[in-house]
Order: sequence, then structure tokens, then C-alpha cells
Amino acid sequence: MSKTRQIEILVGAFMAAGFLALFFLAMQVSNLGTVNTGDSYKVLARFDNIGGLKVKSPVTMAGVEVGRVIDIYYDAEDFRAVAVLGIYSQYDRIPDDTFAKILTAGLLGEQYVGLDPGGSEDLLKEGGEIAVTQSALVLEEVIGQFIYGKAQEGAK
Amino acid sequence: MEWLAQLGRSGLSFSAGLGRAHLLMLAMLRGLPQLVRRPRLLMEQLLSVGVLTVLIIAVSGIFVGMVLGLQGFYILSRFGAEATLGVMVAASLVRELGPVVTALLFAGRAGSALSAEIGLMKATEQLSGLEMMAVNPEHRVLTPRLIAGIISMPLLAAIFSMLGVYGGWFVGVGLLGVDEGTYWAQMQSQIDWDEDVLNGVIKSLVFGVVCTWIAIFQGYDCIPTSEGVSRATTRTVVHSSLAVLGLDFVLTALMFN
Repeated sequence: MSKTRQIEILVGAFMAAGFLALFFLAMQVSNLGTVNTGDSYKVLARFDNIGGLKVKSPVTMAGVEVGRVIDIYYDAEDFRAVAVLGIYSQYDRIPDDTFAKILTAGLLGEQYVGLDPGGSEDLLKEGGEIAVTQSALVLEEVIGQFIYGKAQEGAK
Repeated sequence: MEWLAQLGRSGLSFSAGLGRAHLLMLAMLRGLPQLVRRPRLLMEQLLSVGVLTVLIIAVSGIFVGMVLGLQGFYILSRFGAEATLGVMVAASLVRELGPVVTALLFAGRAGSALSAEIGLMKATEQLSGLEMMAVNPEHRVLTPRLIAGIISMPLLAAIFSMLGVYGGWFVGVGLLGVDEGTYWAQMQSQIDWDEDVLNGVIKSLVFGVVCTWIAIFQGYDCIPTSEGVSRATTRTVVHSSLAVLGLDFVLTALMFN
């Protein structure tokens, strides 16, 4: 084997290892491998309080990711937060009386939107709106209610 | 008075050096068309700049990852959040430690070698010899080294990060009993491709340009004596390290503000 060929093989192996590492970072370490790039349709959901929900947070149904939060804004008309959910097109059989709630993955985990299907015959379409929602659990409020309840019990 | 003159002198020589460095960069970039016609020159430099640096990068990557796994587990387990160990290891490697530590090691291993080699070529008048033969030494000798450095750095940083993630996995999952699925799944859901990985790659590209540039300039600009070469090598490592650390702050502030 000539010297040049040896160099070529070594350099080739180095380049291959480098690109393999980049590929590994893309697929195994980051979310590039799990991002769903297919089409999606938009559905609005109004919440009293979205807590720590962010753009790109997952939308799940029975634990399976069916979409992502695309946009979040505040509606000054009815003083509520509006989350625009992008539901992947393959999940097009979601009843229009579906119940949306903001849940937390684990104690300190990120927040996501969970959908509970309703019993309606009509389906959610592009631009549709989820009527029944449940806000995020804000820890301070829960503790406040608990203390308030205890105080009332004591007063009786 | 003497003090003021000294300040002025060092300021002037600094500006002059900066100017020479930029002219050298321009001269090297003009050698690019020639390099395309002679890829073998680039191949040889990729061997000495890239391939021979892989070993030290790989070893340090694994150990840095293992230390991150240990320290991360120690601190995260206090909050009962061992599940996020993978995120911590991967984020710190991909965003910061991968590009920065790779660049520092690169400056120490490849940069100093580049400076010494070019400096010795100058001291033994090989560069003048090339010029006598009507070969442009900047195009023939320096351009392939610059391009090899720029290509190698991101690849080396990627290898570093990948092995670091496996180092953290070995300690966290293998020795300390973090759940294997959680380690990878949390990592995948929290690490973003453009935001984290791609920004790390951009960082290491910038470091690749800067480190190689400094190394080549110091070697090419040195006083052609044995003492001058040794000083140039030292300056390469010091300047590259400072440049990398300073630039890292600026780039981080720009990217993740």
C-alpha cells in the first residue's frame, strides 16, 4: 500500500467519523430525529392560565404526541390566553367537543397539552376551537386553596 | 516619558501585527483556486492537523463526559432530578464544552505544531527557497493548512461531544443506575437541533478559523531563530486560548441571549 493511499484512507476515516458524530448529535442527542415535519392543521384553545406552556410544547392524546403548540398569545377581549395547537394531519379524527388541559410531565418536568376526546360526531377542523379547557396547575394557587380550606374547617 | 513611548510602541506594533495577520489571511484565501487543483496538499494537512488530533480529543471527550456524569448526578440527585442527567451532559457538551475544550486542545496539539513547523521552515529558509523556485509559499504551504484546520475543528468537536455523551451515559446509566430510556429520551426532547447543536457547530467553525489563523500567522511572522520559533509556539497557544475563551463569551451572548 502506497503512502498516499494510506493517508487517504486515514483522512477518509477521520472525515467519516466526524460526520458520523454530527449525525449522531442530530438523531440521537437532539430532537431532529423526532420532529414531525408533516402537515398540520390549526386548532385554537383558550385557557384561563397557561402556566409554563411554551411554543413547541407537545400536544398529546392518550400519551401519544399528536401535535405541537405553534403560537401563544393573550386575547384582550375575554382576558384569556389563546394557544394555537398544530395537530398533525394524520390525526384528523378528533371530536369537536374534545377536552384540552395543561399537564405537567413529572414534578419538575415541562408542561404540555393533553387532549381527552369527547363523544361528538363532528370533528375538529382547521381553525376550529376547543371549547372546554382546564388551566395549568399553579402551585401557589393550590397551596393557597388548601390553606384557605383548612382555615374554614377550623372556624366551624 | 519613557513609559508613554513604550505604550505607544506596543500599541503600534500590535496594530501592525493585526494588519499583517489580515494581509496574510487575504494572501491565503487567494491560494484557494490553486488548492482546488491540488487536493493532495489538503489531504496531507488533514492528516497532520485532523487525524493525529483525534486521539487526544477522543480521550478527553470521554473523560469530560464521565466527570459531567458524576458531578451532574451528585447535584441533580439532591433535587431528585437524576432523570435530567442526559440533558445536562448533552447540553453542556454540545453548547460549550465541545467547541471550547476542543479548540483549546487543538491549539495545544495542532496549533503549536503548525507554528513550529512553519517557523522552522522560515528559519531554515525553505520558504525563501520555494519563492526562488517561483512557487508562492503562502499558497503552497499556508493555504492547505488553514483549510485543513477549518475543516477539522467542527468534526473534532462533534467527535468530542459524541464521546462525551457516551462517557456521561457510561457513568450515569452504567455505574450510577440512571434509567437508560430516560437518559436518552429526556435528552432528545430538550436538546434542539438548530438552537443547541447547530450553534455549537458554528462556534467550532469560528474557533477553527481563529486558532489556525493565529497558529499560521505566528509561525510565518516569527523571528527566524530557534528562540523566535519557540516564542512563536508559546504565543500561538496563549493567544489562541485567550481568543477562544473571549470569543466564546461573545458568541454565547449573541446566540443564546
